[in-house]
Amino acid sequence: MNNLFNLSVTVNGTLYEREVEPRLLLSDFLRHDLGLTGTHVGCEHGVCGACTIQFDGEPARSCLMFAVMADGHNVTTVEGLGTIDKLHPLQEAFKEEHGLQCGFCTPGFLTTLAAFLEENPDPSEEEIREAISGNLCRCTGYQHIKESVKTAAERMRA
Amino acid sequence: MKPPPFEYYAPTTVEEALAGLAEHGYDAKPLAGGQSLIPMMNFRLAQPSVLIDLNNIPELAYIRPDENGGVLLGAMSRHKTVGNDALIAAKVPLVHEAIKNIGTPQIRTRGTFGGSLSHADPSAELATVSVALNGRFKLRSQKGERWVQANEFFIGSFTSALEPEELLVEINLPCQPEHSGWSLVEVARRHNDFALIGVAAVVELDGNGNCERARMVFLSAGDRPMEAVQAAGLLNGQKPTADIIQAAADKAASADIDPGGDIHATAEFRRHLAKVLSRRALHEAFKRALGGIGNTNE
Repeated sequence: MNNLFNLSVTVNGTLYEREVEPRLLLSDFLRHDLGLTGTHVGCEHGVCGACTIQFDGEPARSCLMFAVMADGHNVTTVEGLGTIDKLHPLQEAFKEEHGLQCGFCTPGFLTTLAAFLEENPDPSEEEIREAISGNLCRCTGYQHIKESVKTAAERMRA
Repeated sequence: MKPPPFEYYAPTTVEEALAGLAEHGYDAKPLAGGQSLIPMMNFRLAQPSVLIDLNNIPELAYIRPDENGGVLLGAMSRHKTVGNDALIAAKVPLVHEAIKNIGTPQIRTRGTFGGSLSHADPSAELATVSVALNGRFKLRSQKGERWVQANEFFIGSFTSALEPEELLVEINLPCQPEHSGWSLVEVARRHNDFALIGVAAVVELDGNGNCERARMVFLSAGDRPMEAVQAAGLLNGQKPTADIIQAAADKAASADIDPGGDIHATAEFRRHLAKVLSRRALHEAFKRALGGIGNTNE
């Protein structure tokens, strides 16, 4: 079975048109077809959160979507949050507050949290914990991640 | 961890989706939010040869009141939308509460009410609360439509009353009446994990403060949402005293459920939890039914 689908999707503001197999996961499409390797693939069954992207602004697991489902939609990956010269306030805060060690989980945290802070610019401790409950960090970094969110939120409100 | 090949259709109307199901029958699977189906396909536990994507059918996503004060939800209503909806919070607060316990924030942006029900996972919160609220589901095929009561929809583990050519299109939940109370409690190792066991309780009081109707439904306690019929029988017509509640909790845990044992918990531990959670849920539900002024001496 080799039925190709003409996919047209906007990723980080750029429109891409590609022929893809329907079974291609969105995570693999982003990494392999577009070369956007900032989106990490951990568990591939929706548990770890490393592959989180924003789908029309909402955080979603890119390993639990087929690329074809993104046809006509907007996807934001970690590459779309900030640039090396001008980091997103969250990236800045993660850097300063030691919000990462190995960095594998970080893109998923950043895409999740960027959407979260748009919706909730002044979150409570409890709300931050709930917001990151779908992302696994195994370098034992949650405390610092939480602090990073607080710092970023403060700056973004200012 | 990659799904096998399949043919993909993205209809934009229910009619087109039903035509696809009629044509492909057993080989086809409707794709709703994909938060259960896609992991199963990644693991190759599910290998449908045709996927009919429902995500481009706007007519399947709505939440609105019905004529009797209850609510109607389109099958493609996403968990996050349902959780933030004011009508849901007002008319069926048990559903509002249930949403918080579903998956992770990223799952809730994609997962859908109808998808969860059709998946018929015995540990699913929405299946359990739909039975507890005596909801009903509209199933459509090219041949017509039928309503199925929630407690008749779930047949076994991951098995529902849906025929291969049928699609669950709408959920109808009656309003939780005045003088009624509800509770949903569950135990999970970590918040967002599948619950080891949980229970939804809905109770109604008559003018004398006696229990007119009680319904307790368990998740992760059998091969489908498990309704504690014998326990409810002990409560009906009675003043909800601590003794009666304890007796009902004992009955539910010992006679009404059929929990299995696995690496997460033994059957015995699940029964123990069922007893404790039933007691807590009933106390909370009766307290709410009494408007928070009642004292059932927990």
